[in-house]
Amino acid sequence: MTALLEVSGLARQFRVRRGAWPFGRSATLHAVDGVSFEIEAGRTLGLVGESGCGKSTTARLVLGLTQASRGEVRIGGEKLPPTGSAPWRAMRQRMQMVYQDPLSALDRRVRVGRQVMEPLAIHGIGASGERREKAVAMMEAVGLAPHHFERFPHELSGGQRQRIVLARALIVDPQLLVCDEPISALDVSIQAQVVNLLLDLQARLGLAYLFISHDLRMVRQVSHEVAVMYLGRIVEQGDPDQLFATPAHPYTRALVSAIPVPNRGARRRLVLAGEPPNPVDRPAGCAFHPRCPFAVARCRAEIPELRTLADGRRAACHLVEELPQSWAA
Amino acid sequence: MAEPLVALRGLTVDFDTGKRVIRALHGIDLDVAKGEAVGLVGESGCGKSVTWLAALGLLGKQAHVGGEVRIEGDNLVGAPVATLERVRGRRIAMIFQDPSSSLNPVHRIGRQLGEALTLHRGLTGASAAAEAQRLLDRVGIADAARRLGDYPHELSGGMNQRVMIAIALSGQPDLLVADEPTTALDATIQAQILELLGEIRRETGMALVLISHDLGVVAENTDRVCVMYAGRIVEDAPIATIFGGASHPYTRGLLAALPELEGPRRRLVPIAGVVPEPWNLPSGCSFAPRCERVIADCERAPPASEFLTPDHRVACIRAGA
Repeated sequence: MTALLEVSGLARQFRVRRGAWPFGRSATLHAVDGVSFEIEAGRTLGLVGESGCGKSTTARLVLGLTQASRGEVRIGGEKLPPTGSAPWRAMRQRMQMVYQDPLSALDRRVRVGRQVMEPLAIHGIGASGERREKAVAMMEAVGLAPHHFERFPHELSGGQRQRIVLARALIVDPQLLVCDEPISALDVSIQAQVVNLLLDLQARLGLAYLFISHDLRMVRQVSHEVAVMYLGRIVEQGDPDQLFATPAHPYTRALVSAIPVPNRGARRRLVLAGEPPNPVDRPAGCAFHPRCPFAVARCRAEIPELRTLADGRRAACHLVEELPQSWAA
Repeated sequence: MAEPLVALRGLTVDFDTGKRVIRALHGIDLDVAKGEAVGLVGESGCGKSVTWLAALGLLGKQAHVGGEVRIEGDNLVGAPVATLERVRGRRIAMIFQDPSSSLNPVHRIGRQLGEALTLHRGLTGASAAAEAQRLLDRVGIADAARRLGDYPHELSGGMNQRVMIAIALSGQPDLLVADEPTTALDATIQAQILELLGEIRRETGMALVLISHDLGVVAENTDRVCVMYAGRIVEDAPIATIFGGASHPYTRGLLAALPELEGPRRRLVPIAGVVPEPWNLPSGCSFAPRCERVIADCERAPPASEFLTPDHRVACIRAGA
């Protein structure tokens, strides 16, 4: 069986200018540099990494909102048509996006019910009377009451707004939902409500999620598989329990040990020196080597391939088998 | 018990919007001892930032502050500007969430640090420059001498937060109030900044109030945590007590809503409903409408804060039950 979403060798470069116009030199920014993964129906891939690592660009590439420089995206075995074309618009019905900030994803001057119905009109689904019915039913499915239909976005709480965004995405019966930091703007007690809702919807509708977040705890909660990105590449990918309990790649180790926990006990923290470099100045060899406490000469020269390890997960590190087992080194 | 460094007593804040007066803080009692690290946790709008902005007289004219903020005999509420300026920066310094908006974008880092040094310690010229360089070095900025000539936009978010910490340290304060100091930063940079704050505290014996929405961050970096809800402290206890035996249903709810990093995945238990609007608070306990353990008495009056043990205080009539 082929996976619902197949992404292979996906890359996107941007031409940027370094320094002030008109004197700056033109340079190439590799936002995403050869990313491959698959998501099956009803399953979730969690994508984690720090700002600027290319997670959001990956999300946009998957939906065709940004044109890829290389590589391809297949949905249900079909190649994603060129952005903006009629077949692409039709295919967009099968894949929807949920953004971080629901208030800016909604039109403040339009009643939320109309916004939930709008995708039906865009894709020409149903007659206008049915559309309203369908929208009310979808709003109920995400835990909103019919009286919310006539409200404006500012009259709803953050959690309710995110439910509206979800209802609007789900009303066209998509197979894939790309969620870019869907709970980061919400308060802790509301995050749990939205995460539970996402899990319930997945169980009921068999949705596949590409779940992007910097919150590793939440990613573990929702994901069947996790991929860690650093400067446009996947550096580790595997089962969430395994990946968070015994991270293999030094960057994953640092990310996991950076999560604050109430009882740290004997586990030491691996605090990285420095900051992620500017993606325009991607270091040669392994992009992580300037911050890596284990780096050797080979890391500075040779880009490590993402390869399958003995325990089934995949990591892109020359030294991964030789590193100390204890996860914070 | 020793005299606390700072004592808040019945601190209230009312915002006058012109049309109505909205109470944002309903009487905060909080002591911070010398060298102690206290966490202040709560969701947006619970008043955790307003508490310290009010204490330092930083709220502006629409805010009416009541109660007392005592630091070594002085009461800061309603105090003349001269008294406040003796305290701000020198006794109590504050850093904020977004470092780049706290720094002036059109002045070099060195000038901004120098200004604080002149203001708080009377240093000028070469001695100020030398001290500025020492401070930048102290907060872990490499090549400090050259960085003094940089503008904030030339530094990353993490670096700017280090500069803010350096400016806060320039007055050698007894207490640093850090309001969500790492929320805008990436995970690995957050770890660096929190490590730095811990180091400075061990070195100088400075007290710390860490305001955060993240229980994990507070747990790792403070000795004691105050949980706030709708303008009140609902629970105040040592970290181990909060994580081992929290009493207030809201604290328990926050903990249950947090996913684990290890062990079996369990379904999260969200807190039902939403935080009430400050102008529309229930007459009794503010948490009652969302509380699982609510009884009729909860809706009668806001519960008083009671000590369960000498270091564990809870505002819930069902805490002992």
